[in-house]
Amino acid sequence: MKRVSLDKLNELLSALSSSGAVYAPVRRDEKDVYFSKWSEGSDVDLTVLKTSRSAKDLFFPQVEDIASFKTEGKKISVIAGTPDGEKFTVFGVRACDARSFSILDKVFLADPIDPYYKARRDNSTVITLACPAPEETCFCSVFSIDPSSPEGDVTTWIKDGFLYWRANTDKGAEAEKNVSSLLEDCDETAVKEAEKQTKEIVSKMPLSNLDLSRFTPDELLPVFNSPKWTSLSKACLGCGTCTFVCPTCQCYDIRDFDCGNKIQRFRCWDSCMYSDFTKMAHGNPRKSQVERFRQRFMHKLIYFPANNNGEYGCVGCGRCLSKCPISMNIVKVIKTLGAEEK
Amino acid sequence: MQVMTDVLVKRAKELLSSGEVARVFGWGHGEFGYDTTPALFEDEESLGGFVYDGFCGANISKYLIAESKKEGKTLAFLKPCDTYSFNQLVKDNRINKDNIYAVGIPCAGKVDIDKLKEQGVSGIISIEEGDKEITVKTVYGDKTFVKADVLLDKCYACKGKEHKAGDEFISPELSEDTTNGDKYELVTKLENMTPDERFAFWRSQLSKCIRCNACRNVCPACSCLKCIFDNDNSGIASKANADDFEENMFHIIRAFHVCGRCTDCGECSRVCPQHIPLHLLNRKFIKDMNELYGEYQAGEDDSSRPPLLTYTKTDAEPSIVHERGGDK
Repeated sequence: MKRVSLDKLNELLSALSSSGAVYAPVRRDEKDVYFSKWSEGSDVDLTVLKTSRSAKDLFFPQVEDIASFKTEGKKISVIAGTPDGEKFTVFGVRACDARSFSILDKVFLADPIDPYYKARRDNSTVITLACPAPEETCFCSVFSIDPSSPEGDVTTWIKDGFLYWRANTDKGAEAEKNVSSLLEDCDETAVKEAEKQTKEIVSKMPLSNLDLSRFTPDELLPVFNSPKWTSLSKACLGCGTCTFVCPTCQCYDIRDFDCGNKIQRFRCWDSCMYSDFTKMAHGNPRKSQVERFRQRFMHKLIYFPANNNGEYGCVGCGRCLSKCPISMNIVKVIKTLGAEEK
Repeated sequence: MQVMTDVLVKRAKELLSSGEVARVFGWGHGEFGYDTTPALFEDEESLGGFVYDGFCGANISKYLIAESKKEGKTLAFLKPCDTYSFNQLVKDNRINKDNIYAVGIPCAGKVDIDKLKEQGVSGIISIEEGDKEITVKTVYGDKTFVKADVLLDKCYACKGKEHKAGDEFISPELSEDTTNGDKYELVTKLENMTPDERFAFWRSQLSKCIRCNACRNVCPACSCLKCIFDNDNSGIASKANADDFEENMFHIIRAFHVCGRCTDCGECSRVCPQHIPLHLLNRKFIKDMNELYGEYQAGEDDSSRPPLLTYTKTDAEPSIVHERGGDK
């Protein structure tokens, strides 16, 4: 275990940036904090738990070019996109977002491997930060995520003016080399105390006892056919807020843009809430908002676990709880359907 | 606030059991006392989930487009400001007024949970609402706020206590005008900027946009059956931005499209997950219209002709653009 005074945070980030860009929670204005490229003078905010966009953007950006097509005479050339090869570090990732990376891995690193995503994962070092004071919208512990000791290449804790540092992986050890002159050895007393405090707070949080027991692959059809979806989705606006702020939503669309002299093929986030989601030649398989709404939660609570050894496709970050324009969310779905008789 | 919920539920049950209405549209309670959801109640039993308190800021008028197409009447509980959107949608022939039984309900301003959270409130377990104060019980301790200090931005530009539509009214004397200062203050501030400063302000704000379409989908004035930006055949459907100016244009075009029909209900800014002050675009247009065509409030009634669809000899000439547009 090592530590550095928080007064030296800028020096720490500066030292980390010697091996590539550092992304950290940076306050953009009075309302919003985003994971942004750190530079001298950035207003780093290590108190905000939920950045206005999740950290998945760094690995799975909202839009990226994947190929282009150019015609010269009768010859068509296909120019493949180039996966990003630059090394970078993400600093200050919370436990929920950190887990979202391993969930996204199960999608993008499964065969066929997504080279764009893989390049970013391979080239990045993830430094996580424990949560000292969870919010009522937090329910990561329900998914066996420990906000008091998040996973990551390096785990850090803030306690009494110090940033405590523990490297967990080879990448973490590499990062530690870059900042070793700033770190001092210490024992684990303060970190143990911080972990204990967080755990106590988590036990008092209103959503910590959320019951997921109904959501098993065996219950696929009864849950799918529940009459409750109609009332749950009644007020859904069909906007993409929940999907776009979600750290685990991974659906994307691939489109071609006519640049005049070439075609640019790009992919962009898609939302199952949108009317053209998975639209095919015959039309859209989910014609009503209730079907689209149901898809999102079935995916996270039944389909994804069915295909991934029971792991849910939600990390309990609670962004959808605080961002949904009509305050409908996965917790209300879990409680309403979970209370139904099997 | 439980008292008002009970009063409204009692009246809703009467109207349901007499057969006067077939269903009720209002708000359903949430998990933490602040996260209410617009909700449809189709029988007396389901009204157990009904709530009307200081967190029912959502404007439910737009939902009435669909409800008014159903068999039988829908009871809609409308706050004073909601009646403006309701009237406008009636005027636009989107809501069939004959199928709505509108009940005007009192409003003394709605609380903005984000404002409480900005002041450090976290770990909320329950909320107790009084007439003037609100007490939040959290795992980190309790805090009491003066409601008038933590209202939704739209409430500080309150349209007043008066309902502009309604078949009956419940306790209208409990309404309060929560206007706080000049609602055009920020618009004027933007007008007084240099073109470069103004451009920088909007670029900075609008580039936060994630194209979730929450502003469009919640907007009562955005009532097209299929938005041109969702229509693949339009050639401009855009799920992603072709360049970093496209989302900027999206919002500016949307503001033009709703100009004259926007009642300034403020829902666009309330729902924006990236806190973009979108209502300032609409409010600028409202201010311009008032200055160029005379005072007009969209949704004040459901039949008068709007200034942009009415020709008068005193209308501004197109050259006004050059006079007011500055040098850029």
